[in-house]
Amino acid sequence: MAKLTFKAEKCKGCGLCVDACPKQVLALDADTINQKGHHPVKAVNEEACIGCAFCATMCPDCIIKVER
Amino acid sequence: MVVFDKPHALSDAPLHYCPGCTHGIVHRLVAEVMDELGIEGRTIGIAPVGCSVMAYDYFNCDMIEAAHGRAPAVATGVKRSDPNNIVFTYQGDGDLASIGMAETVHSAARNENITVIFINNAIYGMTGGQMAPTSLPGQVTQTSPYGRDVSHCGFPIKVCEMLSQLDGPEYLERVAVNNVKNVKNAKKAIKKAFENQVNGKGFSLVEVISSCPTNWGMTPAKALAWIDEKMIPYYPLGVYKDRSAGK
Amino acid sequence: MSDKVLMKGNEAIAEAAIIAGCRHYFGYPITPQTEIAAYMAKRMPKIGGTFLQAESEIAAINMVYGVSATGKRVMTSSSSPGISLKGEGLSYLAGADLPALVVNVQRGGPGLGGIQPSQSDYFQATKGGAHGDFHMLVLAPASVQEMAELTVKGFALADKYRMTSMILADGTMGQMMEPVSLSFDIEEAPAKPWAVTGTKLERPHNIVNSLFLKPEELERTNFERYERYKYIEENEVMYEEYMMEDAEICVAAFGIAARVSKNAINEARAKGIKVGMIRPITLWPFPTKQFAAAAEKVKAFVSVELSMGQMIEDVRLAVNGKAPVTLCNRAGGMIPAPEQVLAAIEAANKGGN
Repeated sequence: MAKLTFKAEKCKGCGLCVDACPKQVLALDADTINQKGHHPVKAVNEEACIGCAFCATMCPDCIIKVER
Repeated sequence: MVVFDKPHALSDAPLHYCPGCTHGIVHRLVAEVMDELGIEGRTIGIAPVGCSVMAYDYFNCDMIEAAHGRAPAVATGVKRSDPNNIVFTYQGDGDLASIGMAETVHSAARNENITVIFINNAIYGMTGGQMAPTSLPGQVTQTSPYGRDVSHCGFPIKVCEMLSQLDGPEYLERVAVNNVKNVKNAKKAIKKAFENQVNGKGFSLVEVISSCPTNWGMTPAKALAWIDEKMIPYYPLGVYKDRSAGK
Repeated sequence: MSDKVLMKGNEAIAEAAIIAGCRHYFGYPITPQTEIAAYMAKRMPKIGGTFLQAESEIAAINMVYGVSATGKRVMTSSSSPGISLKGEGLSYLAGADLPALVVNVQRGGPGLGGIQPSQSDYFQATKGGAHGDFHMLVLAPASVQEMAELTVKGFALADKYRMTSMILADGTMGQMMEPVSLSFDIEEAPAKPWAVTGTKLERPHNIVNSLFLKPEELERTNFERYERYKYIEENEVMYEEYMMEDAEICVAAFGIAARVSKNAINEARAKGIKVGMIRPITLWPFPTKQFAAAAEKVKAFVSVELSMGQMIEDVRLAVNGKAPVTLCNRAGGMIPAPEQVLAAIEAANKGGN
């Protein structure tokens, strides 16, 4: 299992990472609104993460750190 | 083991770009290349006028803000001042292909040993979505509200194809950043464009087909799909010139 | 006393720039200043410098912007229509507080105008020359020797105050040949910690920029710049006074107009008219105090210009209504003859106008 860390305060909720993930690990957190006014991304299925970093590759704001 | 983190050359400043704007991806790729080539300490970037006008805040290398379209001329000065500097410009389509066309063509013709990162998103983003020199035929923008009528305002400019006719430039490639595979290819092209400069080979331009969800009036995901559907067919990806290929 | 060499004004500027440590020149051909570029094209490659013919005046001034941002002495030269094209770059240089030397060997205008000498870019040079609140140091040579001296001085002032120095010459000064001494004390350029030279990963990045989106911040940069301008106005004014001790008439003239005027003044003196001249050498900062002081003792001023009357506005502001100021001028590439200036002096002496 890989480890994901998010700088949630910088997230703009664009969802490109969610779409890029091949394992449906990510979702926008509808229960949270960050300082920028967006629903930030969160891992909803982290145990499925394979550490491919597709999410981080597509993140325009460089808020995702991936460890394996 | 860390498999992905923010590159050192990218600053911690929050990017001002709209949600889903791919400028941020390209910024990161440039910064990753600076890290990998170990050149951040001798790199000087030139920011344009347009959405990426504040790029000077986003890179940790020394930066200059240039007048609209003049980045290649400013870069020429910086490079001629000290050829050991690694100099890149980061320009949008209005900056590079409209108001700055002369500077673009002539720096390419001189084979100026600089790296040009050219963001083609077919629109003027910063001013609110006007028609760009690269807006597609029929594309609706604020200043082409009935769609770009090529009989009235002419055809889009294909920068890589045009520059490839010159003897000057070393390397021209068009890439896109609308999916993981394309982003990885874009990274390779950007890296090569910087390596060319490090190796003294000359003018290297990477045209990056990018999205502008806000001014295209689409969700970020839909905008990436639109790149596949509309942009890439008009602006085919690939290498348009590589003088050192096979050598 | 050093050896003198016979040189054209334009060439004297070029050689003086090299002596002052300028190793980067960018320009675009335009009459009547092309000798500067030709001289640089020959000399720069031999001394490890850069001469580059740009694709336009706009590109040339932006190449200047790039070199200046790296902290090195750099220049461009042009003539009136080309200076208009450089206007954008001049404003950006001012906004980013970058030093540069820009030479304008003026020709008649407006538009494409002609190629004969003129002083009709006075407004453009002294009142900013492009958008935004800013000034350039404007130096007006009246001899080939001064073409060289003011070039050296211009680089030093530009570095000292982080702004553009403009040599405001004209076609006559550029083409004229005179003996010139090229022996100068060169002030070393000050340290430029703001320059973009690469961080070496040892310091935070430097940013050369003229964009300030917060109005409070932009206002602050403007006020700071004008504090500097105020200091310059108090400390850097240069002028020549000629026969002003007992003068009752004061001629105001710079550059080639001042040379013509000297002849006219000598003739007027021979006729018993007490006339002298204040020749501004810096057009900005303008010798306002000197003209104001003269206004306390002379009865009239004559502004002699190769334009429709531009400097006369600054003379009138300085004189502040204390004496009449008349214009003696030719325009469009014509030069006033000494007889015309003499007639203007005589008219002023009679208290006409």
